[in-house]
Amino acid sequence: MTATVRIPTVLRPSMGGATTVDVEGQTIGAVLDQLTASFPAVKGQLLNDDGTLHRFLNVYVNDDDVRYLGGVDAPVLNDDEITLLPAVAGGAG
Amino acid sequence: MARFASILDLIGSTPVVDVSSLSPKPNVSILAKLEGFNPAGSVKDRVALALVEAAESDGLLVPGKPDQVLLEPSSGNTGIALAMVCRLRGYHLKVVLPTNVSPERRQLLLVWGAEIIDSPGGEGSNGAVRLAQRLSEQHPEWVFLYQYANPANPHAHYATTGPEITKDVPEITHFVAGLGTSGTLMGVGRYLKEQNPDIQVWAVEPPSGELVDGLRNLDDGYIPPIFLDNDGAALLDRKVVVRPRESIEWTRRLTEVGLFVGISSGAIMAGAVKCAATVPDDRSATIVFMAPDDGWKYLSTGAWSDDIDVVVERAKSTIYF
Repeated sequence: MTATVRIPTVLRPSMGGATTVDVEGQTIGAVLDQLTASFPAVKGQLLNDDGTLHRFLNVYVNDDDVRYLGGVDAPVLNDDEITLLPAVAGGAG
Repeated sequence: MARFASILDLIGSTPVVDVSSLSPKPNVSILAKLEGFNPAGSVKDRVALALVEAAESDGLLVPGKPDQVLLEPSSGNTGIALAMVCRLRGYHLKVVLPTNVSPERRQLLLVWGAEIIDSPGGEGSNGAVRLAQRLSEQHPEWVFLYQYANPANPHAHYATTGPEITKDVPEITHFVAGLGTSGTLMGVGRYLKEQNPDIQVWAVEPPSGELVDGLRNLDDGYIPPIFLDNDGAALLDRKVVVRPRESIEWTRRLTEVGLFVGISSGAIMAGAVKCAATVPDDRSATIVFMAPDDGWKYLSTGAWSDDIDVVVERAKSTIYF
């Protein structure tokens, strides 16, 4: 399964400046593992030591937050678009 | 009843309108709860009144006492609602407001006599929250209601919005609302789940994290304390991002059923449509979504009249949610 990962501005310095990266993997965990293997500097920004998602990182598959789809076990299909976004204060206030 | 002692008595009890003709599936009804019917024009009237009344109950604010100052970060609607309440109660309100909100939002704050403290537009609501926290530390004599952490915020929705929804739409199966402070989702969501644990609660958010300047790394991120205090990750069933183009498209489509609502309402309707798409064909469902405000405050954005590509580009640098 090849998915495209969209990299937010805040993570680009740790990932060679890339805006998108194509990654193989059948789950979000596998995709993130491949990203951290390619860009070791970003590991601490994506995952906690126990392999769970960083608390201020939101990961979306086709704009659906993976925390509600099984977290790192969320499935990834061919041509899915994965977006990484930092958690920030919402605008509705 | 059509006669009221105070404008504040008009807060809440907002109407719900069936917009199912826009539903992508015939077996799924979609209804909009129109919070623009609140007197200062948005869902935040409920929160503002609850925040002030809680502070008065706690003795932080004393009605009639001179020179009391309130401080609050807001991208608009909470500030506007607080400005109205404070005007009636005699409190001086300082609102920390990002510079990139629509001019109507700024004007409305001035209508009720609030003072605006600018925060950098590129830092979004994060920047407004940070600046308000700094100012609060420098001025402990100012009352800092802090809607992102104040339990009176979700409680207002638990006590009013939630019961209104189950009274008017007892057959509700899904609730969809925007995620800002998370007050609506935590308050209404908890109420609905207590009535029927099978009701699904969906959150909609804009992709603002990509746009916020000044984030050096992810550890500069922010999760509203209300969300953590209410175990939001367990309460929500789904959370989806809705992008500016879909938000504008659905804001426009809602005019087909006569609704002139704000751009966040379009975003949340887009989320309701995504939600509808997940319902199996052999099941019926009733989705209620929150329409936080009306369209008046966004006319200057050209959302309904200008070329959509131009409006979408403009929306990317404006806080519309």
